[in-house]
Amino acid sequence: MDPLLLLEQAFNGLQFGVMLFLIAAGLTLVFGIMDLVNLAHGALVMIGAYLATTLVAWTDSFILGMILALPATFAVGALVEIVALRTLYRRDHLDQVLATFGLILFFNEVVRIIWGPISLYSGLPDYLSGHVEIIPGAPYPVFRLLIIAVGLAVAAVIYFIVAHTRLGMLIRAGASNNEMVGALGVNIKTLFTFVFALGAVFAGLAGMMLGPLTSVEPGMGEPLLILAFVVIIIGGIGSIRGAFIAAIIVGMSDTMGRVLLPVLLRAFVSDAAADTAGPALASMLIYILMAAILVVRPRGLFPARTG
Amino acid sequence: MSKHKLAQTIGLAAGLAAGLTFAATASMAETVKVGFITTLSGPAGIIGKPMKNAFELGLDHIGGRLGGMDTEIIYGDDKRKPDVAKQLVNKMIKRDRVHFVSGIIWSNLLMAVHGTVTRSNTFLISSNAGPSPVAGKKCSKDFFNVAFQNDMMPEGMGKYMTEKKIDNVYIMAPNYQAGKDMLKGFKRMFNGKIVGEVYTKLGQKDYQAEISALRAAKPTAVFIFLPGGMGINFVKQYAQAGLSSQIPLYSAYTVDAISLPALKDAAVGTFGVQHWSPDLGNSVNRRFVADYRKKYGKTPPFYAAQAYDTVMFLDTAIRNAGGISDRAKLRAAMRAGDFPTTRGTFKFNNNHFPVQNIYLREAVKEADGSYVTKTRGVILSAHGDAYAKSCGMKW
Amino acid sequence: MNQRQIWLTLATLALFAAVPPLTVVFDQPFYMDVVARIMILAIAAVSLDLILGYGGMVSFGHAAYMGVGAYAVGILSYYGIDNGFLQIPLAMGASALIGLIFGAMSLRTSGVYFIMITLAFAQMLYFLAVSLEEFGGDDGMSAMRSEFAGLLDLNDPLQFYYLIFVCLALILLFLHRLVLSRFGMVIRASRGNERRMQALGFPTYRYKLAAFTIAATLCGLSGALFANLNEFVSPDAMQWTHSGEIMIMVIMGGMGTLIGPVLGAAAFLLLEENLPEWMELIMTNAGEHWAIVMGPILIAIVLFGRGGIHALFARRGGGSHG
Repeated sequence: MDPLLLLEQAFNGLQFGVMLFLIAAGLTLVFGIMDLVNLAHGALVMIGAYLATTLVAWTDSFILGMILALPATFAVGALVEIVALRTLYRRDHLDQVLATFGLILFFNEVVRIIWGPISLYSGLPDYLSGHVEIIPGAPYPVFRLLIIAVGLAVAAVIYFIVAHTRLGMLIRAGASNNEMVGALGVNIKTLFTFVFALGAVFAGLAGMMLGPLTSVEPGMGEPLLILAFVVIIIGGIGSIRGAFIAAIIVGMSDTMGRVLLPVLLRAFVSDAAADTAGPALASMLIYILMAAILVVRPRGLFPARTG
Repeated sequence: MSKHKLAQTIGLAAGLAAGLTFAATASMAETVKVGFITTLSGPAGIIGKPMKNAFELGLDHIGGRLGGMDTEIIYGDDKRKPDVAKQLVNKMIKRDRVHFVSGIIWSNLLMAVHGTVTRSNTFLISSNAGPSPVAGKKCSKDFFNVAFQNDMMPEGMGKYMTEKKIDNVYIMAPNYQAGKDMLKGFKRMFNGKIVGEVYTKLGQKDYQAEISALRAAKPTAVFIFLPGGMGINFVKQYAQAGLSSQIPLYSAYTVDAISLPALKDAAVGTFGVQHWSPDLGNSVNRRFVADYRKKYGKTPPFYAAQAYDTVMFLDTAIRNAGGISDRAKLRAAMRAGDFPTTRGTFKFNNNHFPVQNIYLREAVKEADGSYVTKTRGVILSAHGDAYAKSCGMKW
Repeated sequence: MNQRQIWLTLATLALFAAVPPLTVVFDQPFYMDVVARIMILAIAAVSLDLILGYGGMVSFGHAAYMGVGAYAVGILSYYGIDNGFLQIPLAMGASALIGLIFGAMSLRTSGVYFIMITLAFAQMLYFLAVSLEEFGGDDGMSAMRSEFAGLLDLNDPLQFYYLIFVCLALILLFLHRLVLSRFGMVIRASRGNERRMQALGFPTYRYKLAAFTIAATLCGLSGALFANLNEFVSPDAMQWTHSGEIMIMVIMGGMGTLIGPVLGAAAFLLLEENLPEWMELIMTNAGEHWAIVMGPILIAIVLFGRGGIHALFARRGGGSHG
């Protein structure tokens, strides 16, 4: 395969990985600090996409709409935490899985009732629909570069918060021992609400940036949710660094697997067999990867919890 | 209709109270009962809802009486699950004792219920799903499809692109049964060179990797089958990659009245292929499209046209057979396929699948800012499917 | 299991046994199919409860074994092998084997990692089934009913119904004995405190793996029956949402009990079927939005309905400790 094309595909993998990181970041924080399995995280991606699309249409400005959508998803996140999830922290994971499964059903239906079943139109302003020829002969969409930039910036911001602020100290402390945080006299309720809403904003941000690329429809978050879970499991629950590295690994291997596996298999078996087995293997690849990593490292690559 | 239902309920209650269940059964025989199964809830309700709407519109147009008889419709939501569909069908056959089961969007659901319905001496009318097994070896005298056989559209596209001498085509579909059937159908009638054949993940969101590979293969044209959200994702990203102006995009079951409102300009100028289009000029279609727009405020998708045709098909067949009691006579009337169709012409093949025109459609922006598909000619006229010859049924 | 639970179990089974004559009396043969489906999913739910309720292993991929059992029947039928004496053992054997392999790897992890790795394995099988072109891929494949020459005719609804009934009753009896046995004690105890059990010299990993494999095997049987009921097999049965639904049945009915999951399966399936109709009574076309009511019902069950339906009948406390 052409090395330039391979480079372009690596770029695609990076962009997919960065997108996954945005979704996984909130998930792993909530998981790590509150010990909450939140299946409804994918619904927050969807809500971010719907709010952004609606606000962009209202304000008639892409930038303004996106900026307004951030506090809006923060508010939705805080509301969900206060109304529904708060009572679940002390429950076991099973209860959490079920209750948040119920939330998925609820949110998908609410969105369907408010916005209708047909996917929304969400386009890009002219200044973002251009292309840059980073790799010769392969014009790359500006918007996708923007996604990579925003994703990396968010990663840097989260890293800074976690590593160098008081909030980050509490998060780190909470991820390894949340009773201690309470003992420090911190208002845990407020901290939890804030962390959850922050996670919702990251997920919402991912949804906002997905809007112009994909179909904005009820249930759009669920396929991504499962991928995000794979990411935080591989990375180690509660670890932002792990989530980032795992997101890039998953993004890369999914992209490369899709592109390369059918080609590789053609070298060994008949074309018809390769056409059947290639995509099948590619769609199973990240699950195989995750299972393999867990068998070797049962707590992921960067386990945050020691206990 | 609700009056009938009320009267029937009272009748039934009275019958039960008197312990005369057979009386109730006897009175039911005079009513045509039709089960209509679609997906109403969940994301896929996007297809089922317009079908139900169109089915109701069709009933309005015939005054709520199929073939002039008392009519009762039992609607069912299959939730897009094969076992739910199977149970609905059982309920309709055993409890409601329907004469026809109709609707059914998905191939896998149709496969799940096909045997049950046809073995129970009930007619099964597909208003959308047309998988190849039931068109070929497993064809049945009690199964009719008033929509299409899956392969018809890609075959049409293959023929059109061959005629236009478009060579070096890149083809793509999701990695599942219908996807493989579609590309097989395309290749059946396409004689040019295929530079890439790619199967993507079912329900895939991001196609950038595929788009990069596609660009590198330097095709003259691209043909895709990516229904629903997948198509919206791909066509958007294809446009954003700047390819829509460079490599023309041809599709089947991808750009339609359901995806166009989400795609808008990204789809304009792409070509699709279908057995129906809202702008077909026949009088049945003009009335259907106008009344549908008036009643529901939207342009109907092809699924809706098929559901409307299902009503007309049942109405005409029951009328011509003089009722539903003589099944052989009814079957013969159904086989005539002479109902007023939104498609202009319609005929049944020996396997009870349609023989119909396949049209080329282009997505355009109207002067009023709306986006619709426009017919750009007939690619195949009176086209039957490739599986009919392996169906042993003769009539 | 206390006296009350035994009576509740027997009463439920007696009710199931009485369904076919009742459907004849009321001339509503359809309800036999409804209850048959409930009993089949009850087998799946009760098998999940062995590891979930008793063993504390939250498997989020249990539907996969139903799929394996169903596909075993489907694939054998595809190759013309309709002999049920062969199909059923092979279906259970295949599920056992796959359960053993997946369990061996999954049980190295615990907690959320376990939930997610079981989910990942189920997803793998789902995507594998979707791409099996020979066996219908996503469209699924039709399967002939199993043949038990000279013994049973599954095309007779009554015989089929009672076959499922007997399977369910035997499985309940088997699991009842199992959880009370020494093996069951170890499984239940390691749920509470695995380290103590290890310190006492019990190889808990092996015990848990055995329980996991038994659960997969029984679930495979439910899959084989499911394929027979539907005369159809498709990857749909392996979707993660289906795993979630089986889990909901267990919780709804009351986990850590044997009759709970059976009641849960009945409640869930009846709710799923009738909720839209009830909503339709309140408002036209409201039925298609059934999920907006179903979601909060699930949340409410988790938040307020500890012990599930079972707790309504049997006194609490007997629950998770048999």
